[in-house]
Amino acid sequence: MRRRFQNVNFIDIVLWAMGLGILFLFIWGTIKGLQNPKYGPSDYANFVVLGIAQGSMYALIAIGYTLVYGVLFMINFAHGEFFMVGAMTSTVFIAIPLNETGFFDRQPLISLLLIMIVAMSTSMSIAVLTERIAYKPLRKAPRLVPLITAIGASFFWQYFFRGLFGSQVISFPEFAALKGSLSLFGLEILKSRLLVIIVTIVMLIGLQLFIMRTKTGKAIRAVAEDKDVAALMGIDVDRTITITFATGAAMAGVAAVLYTVVFRQVHYFMGFFPGLKAFTAAVLGGIGSIPGAAIGGLLLGIFESVGPSLFLEGLHIPAAHQLKDVIAFTMLVLVLIFRPQGIVGERLSEKKA
Amino acid sequence: MVKKLLLTLAIFVIASLALVACGGSEFVCEDALGCVTYEKGDPIRIASALVISGPNTDLGTDSQYGVEIAIDFQQEIMGHPIELQAEDDGCSAEGGQTAGQKIVADPSIVAVVGTSCSGAGVPMSKVISEAGYTMISPSNTAPSLTDPALHEAGYLRTAHNDKVQGKAMADYAYNVLGVRSAAAIHDGDPYTEGLARVFADSFEALGGTIVEFTAVNKGDTDMLPVLNAVAAAGPPEFIYYPVFTAEGGFLTKQAKEVPALQNTILAAADGMISDAAIEAVGDAGEGMYFSGPDLSFSGDTYEKFIAKYEEKYGKKPISVFHAHAFDAANMIFACIEKVGVDDNGALHIGRQALRDCLFATKDFQGITGNLTCDQYGDCADPKISVSQLQNGAYVRLWP
Repeated sequence: MRRRFQNVNFIDIVLWAMGLGILFLFIWGTIKGLQNPKYGPSDYANFVVLGIAQGSMYALIAIGYTLVYGVLFMINFAHGEFFMVGAMTSTVFIAIPLNETGFFDRQPLISLLLIMIVAMSTSMSIAVLTERIAYKPLRKAPRLVPLITAIGASFFWQYFFRGLFGSQVISFPEFAALKGSLSLFGLEILKSRLLVIIVTIVMLIGLQLFIMRTKTGKAIRAVAEDKDVAALMGIDVDRTITITFATGAAMAGVAAVLYTVVFRQVHYFMGFFPGLKAFTAAVLGGIGSIPGAAIGGLLLGIFESVGPSLFLEGLHIPAAHQLKDVIAFTMLVLVLIFRPQGIVGERLSEKKA
Repeated sequence: MVKKLLLTLAIFVIASLALVACGGSEFVCEDALGCVTYEKGDPIRIASALVISGPNTDLGTDSQYGVEIAIDFQQEIMGHPIELQAEDDGCSAEGGQTAGQKIVADPSIVAVVGTSCSGAGVPMSKVISEAGYTMISPSNTAPSLTDPALHEAGYLRTAHNDKVQGKAMADYAYNVLGVRSAAAIHDGDPYTEGLARVFADSFEALGGTIVEFTAVNKGDTDMLPVLNAVAAAGPPEFIYYPVFTAEGGFLTKQAKEVPALQNTILAAADGMISDAAIEAVGDAGEGMYFSGPDLSFSGDTYEKFIAKYEEKYGKKPISVFHAHAFDAANMIFACIEKVGVDDNGALHIGRQALRDCLFATKDFQGITGNLTCDQYGDCADPKISVSQLQNGAYVRLWP
């Protein structure tokens, strides 16, 4: 303990003071906000449900960041584009034609499955392609090189798909079956948001089983632990890395379908912000950890949804909802100050960090 | 030190050589901001800086078509053809800054039509004015751009000031629709914030209540938290969100998902009058109201213009500021004719003279009306109308 305090320097103190200041503001705002008569308990419950739905999407995307970081220690900034690619392709080639033939309304479940399969497979193929062409040759390069390459790949896919589908906003048809809301535990929950939450839970459980119970999952964990030793044990490291990218992209594909069902709009630039937020969520939860990505995503979603009305309005900040992103990134700063390894992340050894 | 001296000397030598080279011409430029010179037969170059990418492409492309048609009609000025250099303002502050810097780096450009978005216009008007250039915006409507305290010397516009539009919308909502409580949502852009503010102030001045004045963030997709906050505050009878296509689409679709807002009337502004916006709002936009420039123009020029538009681009106008852009380009042409000096086929245009001429525009007969510029660059003859989205088309309702 004494040694820890001896190592404290000026910058640490400033950071801690800043962090405590933000925390104090947050608590003060929350107390003030709770006294605000404008919002009742049902309003807050509503905000939380919306936040969970939005956070579920962040969580699904965040898994891609976390998985890739786990095996390669690289931030794949093109991951937001894998999400966009799935959303745009499935909308243009499946959802819109199916809607025109009327199949969409007659068989909503089959349509949804079709859309999901197409979105997942497109995202996966693009991810595998990117990994093969852009990342694999750089496996041995210094760490900054693949990072910059990832940003380049991100631009490439954005403008490639802009060229393919145009720069305009494309509307996604509405599922008649998902209109309206359900009464659950005395809460009115929109059906589309309920779908998001259920699908996310199913996907997360499936992923956990895949990683923990299958041979391929074991290989991924082994490669994440130590690539060289894994290779000595007879694991095909390259193949495992490809599978890791594909798994992350499949989750992004599912998130893409949920996003289009909820927001009913696609655009070539749509991957940027969700990608950034999911990256924040992954760091928040502890990058490299799957439960961390899920927890980080949910927390981020809930804070973004509840925050403006609760503590920002409590602090009498006008037009509080404009500052949603400020909340997200302030949370990131706080976590980086007080718990750099993330909420459930573990402290990494020198070799990994 | 020696190096510096040598450098100075070299510059002097080159400059004197250049002077000798130009010695054949008798023209001496006395303009305070310098002159643009086009040699015999060279095209006069004007630039446009409009949004031609992203979700608001229709808004800028439509204006660019207006400029192109103006060039087609004009054909030439004093023996020089006209050439358009089209830039993109990106509908953002960064885009405006970049486009502005690109334009002022090119000394052969004499004037600019742009920008589309007020957010881009704020930085660009500064860059353009400081470099001695002059710009006319066909669609910036934010009050701040021509505010006496904030106006940049080289900035004019043919679009209406939102002081007029916000007031008209408040008037329509209060007197025609008969609503008494309203909310306004903007996205932090100078255009949207200015318009929402004027609307809120005018609505309150009429005797109505503004239950919530709030904002979303550009790029947001999940609007339900903000809409729920609006619902919790009222719920209002009327929501005015003068934002752009993407955010406007999300707001419209998601407002229909909030039970408390089922009977609330939704309204947006001219940033969302385009085919892309109809696509973005989808079925949820049916019955929505829009304020915007009154396009019920008449006269031969407009008929000729529309005929040319349909012939050249194969479609009806895709947004609402084509006529304003056409007028802006024609104002520039008229002033070039007035201040341009013919010098054995070469053409000299003084930048200050051109700027003064544009600000002195009086009773200019454009498609959008009789344009007269005031000293802060407001040239419009503002007429606002309100339309409603009915069966996927805008139908003009008022006045």
